[in-house]
Amino acid sequence: MNGALAIVLIAMLGGAIRVSTPFMFVALGECLTEKTGRVNLGQEGTLVLGAMVGYAVSYRSGSPWAGVLAAGAAGSVLGAMHGAICRLPRVNDVAVGIAMMLFGVGVAFFFGKPYIQPTAPRLGSIPFGAFSDDANLRSALDVNPLFFVGIAVALVMAWAFANTRWGLVARTVGDSAAAARAMGISVDWVRFLATAGGGFLAGIGGAFLSLSYPGSWNQGLSSGQGLMAVALVIFARWSPLRCVLAALLFGGAGAIGPALQSIGVTQGYYFFNAAPYILTLVIMIATSSATRSARDMPGELSTVK
Amino acid sequence: MSEGATATDAIAASPSLPAGETTMGELARRLRTNSEYFAIPLFALFVAAALFSLFLLTLGRSPVDFVSYVWRGGFGTAFSLQNTLQRSAPLILTALAVAIPARIGLIMIGGEGALVLGGFAAAAVATPLVGVLPPLPTLAVMFVVGTSVGAAWVGLAGYLRYARGVNETIASLLLTYVGVAIMNFFVEGALRDISNPNKPSTKPLGEAYMVGKIPGTEVHWGFAVGIALAILLHLLMTRTTFGFAARITGGNFRAALAQGLPVGKIILACTMIAGACAGIAGFYEVAAIQGRANASLAAGYGFTGILVSFLARHNPLAIVPVAILFGGLVASGGLIQRRMELPDATVLVLQGLIFIVLLTSETLYGRFAFFRDDKSGRRQ
Repeated sequence: MNGALAIVLIAMLGGAIRVSTPFMFVALGECLTEKTGRVNLGQEGTLVLGAMVGYAVSYRSGSPWAGVLAAGAAGSVLGAMHGAICRLPRVNDVAVGIAMMLFGVGVAFFFGKPYIQPTAPRLGSIPFGAFSDDANLRSALDVNPLFFVGIAVALVMAWAFANTRWGLVARTVGDSAAAARAMGISVDWVRFLATAGGGFLAGIGGAFLSLSYPGSWNQGLSSGQGLMAVALVIFARWSPLRCVLAALLFGGAGAIGPALQSIGVTQGYYFFNAAPYILTLVIMIATSSATRSARDMPGELSTVK
Repeated sequence: MSEGATATDAIAASPSLPAGETTMGELARRLRTNSEYFAIPLFALFVAAALFSLFLLTLGRSPVDFVSYVWRGGFGTAFSLQNTLQRSAPLILTALAVAIPARIGLIMIGGEGALVLGGFAAAAVATPLVGVLPPLPTLAVMFVVGTSVGAAWVGLAGYLRYARGVNETIASLLLTYVGVAIMNFFVEGALRDISNPNKPSTKPLGEAYMVGKIPGTEVHWGFAVGIALAILLHLLMTRTTFGFAARITGGNFRAALAQGLPVGKIILACTMIAGACAGIAGFYEVAAIQGRANASLAAGYGFTGILVSFLARHNPLAIVPVAILFGGLVASGGLIQRRMELPDATVLVLQGLIFIVLLTSETLYGRFAFFRDDKSGRRQ
């Protein structure tokens, strides 16, 4: 029994690292966008398109890292579209996000069809578990470099928000557009850049899905992970570092199902499939309130509570 | 804008408008100011069509072929038209599931989940009843169960919005994923029809227990029910005290609270009506089309319904023609896929494009002097 527990815990650790990476990238991207006072619900579409583009470019060029960059570029195009459209007066950013979600998924499925079959070169991983003889531990500690890139991005973002002029500009725009305008800042331009940048990060998260874990391209690859990551930003109270923690927690929870399967517990497979969505809902219920806005919420973010 | 002029002409030509006590000049003025809501979405459709044509041209496909296949596959023959009407039934119902909450200012996109779960619940409750009860009572039980489950599912997102302040857009979409997972859990487990090894499904209802067609057509009754509900909900939202209170809640939430309106009940009622509509769509998909519940229920009608509702500006009456238009597009998908050798996601790309252009066109309202109210000098 002890052995089984160890296997489950190790598998959860490995799962937390693997599963959390796309959540981390999307949540960081959305955190950047929402800090400037705009919501991009289209991140689900960005994630799926990033996964497709990353896979296709890796297959065509033979270089998975070129795929990662291309996925980021595709994501920033979608983000830039969202940012440009929402600059116009009277346009609702939540609704545009839904449209971008459908559009991104549609484009990804449209161009992704020829890439479902072939196998693209995948991203290599760093074997941190090489010291151990335990196969489970070794596979759990095979960590993709993108995981560390994500943590580095979070650290840089947290530092930049607190200590740089750009960070101050972004926070001002997010807290009070009127104050930012009084300072001579172009609110629309800052939000446009933040949405495009957020799309870049979400696109990279997509490349992780198709090029590392699960490591193939198909139409059911994301199934709502981009949306859950957007919800995680609320839970993380718009802090990049807490976004990383939330993603890790989420990855660990998401790994329970596969971990139990690895020791032969197959009951409730579909329950564990639904668990991440239910967990997200529970988290949203726990962190929201009907009477006050969420703690640390950017002042301009009235639409998402 | 030339579209504006043609739209006005089209409305002016229609004989059904109430002349009432207004003079001809007053009528013309009202037609002109209101035609904005018709002209701008139409203009957006044209722009999206132009962009999609460019997209097809860059892929070396002919937009003219595309249009002719949509016509042939969706509207050209009696068969294709009836197929289109059949497919527009779930679109009308899931669009209503978006439109009614939109009237109180909530963007709910959980129609797909309520459709799937409502349809599944209807099929599940029928399993022990088939062969025990006669068809009509069985269908009645299925209808009630499917509708209630749909209502509960979207109503849950509405309740969380009001009681806990949970973002309703994200919550309703999450509930869609949960709904699909619940259906899969039962369809591949306890309720699986073991005699059908190909695709995990519930037990088939059997021909005798299926909903029939509207006499003289090949279209099932869901289409008629959809139109009837669209008219009823239009009357509810425009002609009743409840609709008035709902519109105040949507227009100004705090004013509604200050007036002592039962805001929580209104939110719950509107979201439950929405879910009920999607649940009915699920009931007809099971009882009139599929004959059983399986993964085919999640065919994306709920997502197309979002676009239909936005294009109809959340007006229940306008939803019907828009849903028929998109029903034709969905129905011709297979033909386009085969004849033009395009992936089945082509329709998704077109829908996404229309959605984006349509939302972008929101910025045009109030910018054209033609639509302005001359008397007050402002947009009406």
